[in-house]
Amino acid sequence: MTAQQAAESAAPGALPPLQEHFDATIARDQRIEPRDWMPDGYRSTLIRQIAQHAHSEIIGMQPEGEWITRAPSLRRKAILFAKVQDEAGHGLYLYSAAETLGADRADLTERLIEGRQKYSSIFNYPTLTFADVGVIGWFVDGAAICNQVPLCRSSYGPYARAMVRICKEESFHQRQGYELLMTMMRGTDAQREMVQDAVDRWWWPSLMMFGPPDDHSPNSAASMAWKIKRHSNDELRRRFVDMTVPQAERLGVTLPDPELRWNEERGHHDFGTPDWDELMRVIKGDGPCNAQRIERRRTAHEEGAWVREAAAAHAAKQAARTEKGTAA
Amino acid sequence: MSGEARDGGKRDWPLYEVFVRGKRGLNHVHVGSLHAADDRMALTHARDLYTRRNEGVSIWVVRSEHIAASTRDEKDPFFAPSADKVYRHPTFYDIPDDVPHI
Repeated sequence: MTAQQAAESAAPGALPPLQEHFDATIARDQRIEPRDWMPDGYRSTLIRQIAQHAHSEIIGMQPEGEWITRAPSLRRKAILFAKVQDEAGHGLYLYSAAETLGADRADLTERLIEGRQKYSSIFNYPTLTFADVGVIGWFVDGAAICNQVPLCRSSYGPYARAMVRICKEESFHQRQGYELLMTMMRGTDAQREMVQDAVDRWWWPSLMMFGPPDDHSPNSAASMAWKIKRHSNDELRRRFVDMTVPQAERLGVTLPDPELRWNEERGHHDFGTPDWDELMRVIKGDGPCNAQRIERRRTAHEEGAWVREAAAAHAAKQAARTEKGTAA
Repeated sequence: MSGEARDGGKRDWPLYEVFVRGKRGLNHVHVGSLHAADDRMALTHARDLYTRRNEGVSIWVVRSEHIAASTRDEKDPFFAPSADKVYRHPTFYDIPDDVPHI
């Protein structure tokens, strides 16, 4: 029997050889690569997750970007510039990974602008003071590190490789934030209050970054089985709390959770429950800055249209000249 | 003029694959892709995107559509000819332990 006949005779419902090969690759902890056969669900789950991740990086430029012109020193301005540029870079690595799955980058941008694809809820909160820049680096990038380090071993090769690049850069983000806060804590009472206020506002939204609790996370089980995800939302959230508490103590701020305490028996911190209704509201579009973030992204895209057009026209002209030169 | 310039900037610039030589003495390695209007823009974008921290001393970019690739994965019969030729490996040959430098 030829391979073709075998493929044709395989009854629908029977496990086809391609599926078996895919399952075996996952079971051996090997990576799936772009041209491999993969189940439709695996592909669509990855596109959704990677696109959402890419959109988060792109939208994530805005809250901090607003402070570039108001940074208190040239040093802080240069750092913030570099950080925001990194966020753009992270978005582009991820769009690149999504494209290996057959997604179209222009289409993904459209979906973001039209609100058909989501981004992380955290970027829908406003940055009210410069201390927010520090707290975002410390909390938001710290939470991102917790989420992303395990993704470096994700089963899809291009996604895992993008995460390796991103994680290397996130460490700078977190450290610049913490250092900024340490500097402010050595300053005046007003500066210390500003830091505490930013901590109070960002703590709970940062815990929500890990997503809904495990028993309410509809896509988690499949993602874990496919080894796209390696740890559950609650597990990563707990890891983040354990990591952050001693850093808060060293900094001299109070995390705004009366239930937060060390549990000797479990070897982890106990902590309160985030307001899941708030998370759902923000995800559904009703956060403090949702409309503003999307509007800003749309405007940037529309105002950049002439640049894209001009560059394409220039490229076409150059190509035509080269062709003419070759023909002559 | 090609259609690309006249669509209100809606359609994306072509996709390029990017290869970076990390340092002298190493091969160029594929690092990802990007969109650019032409080769020159692809190189500057690649520099800004993939070498912000001295990750490279040389960059290649090539239009993705110009890459010819083998199909599917390593299970493909394309690679079968190399699978059954163990005699191509040095360990195939038994040499007594007392023969030096081999």
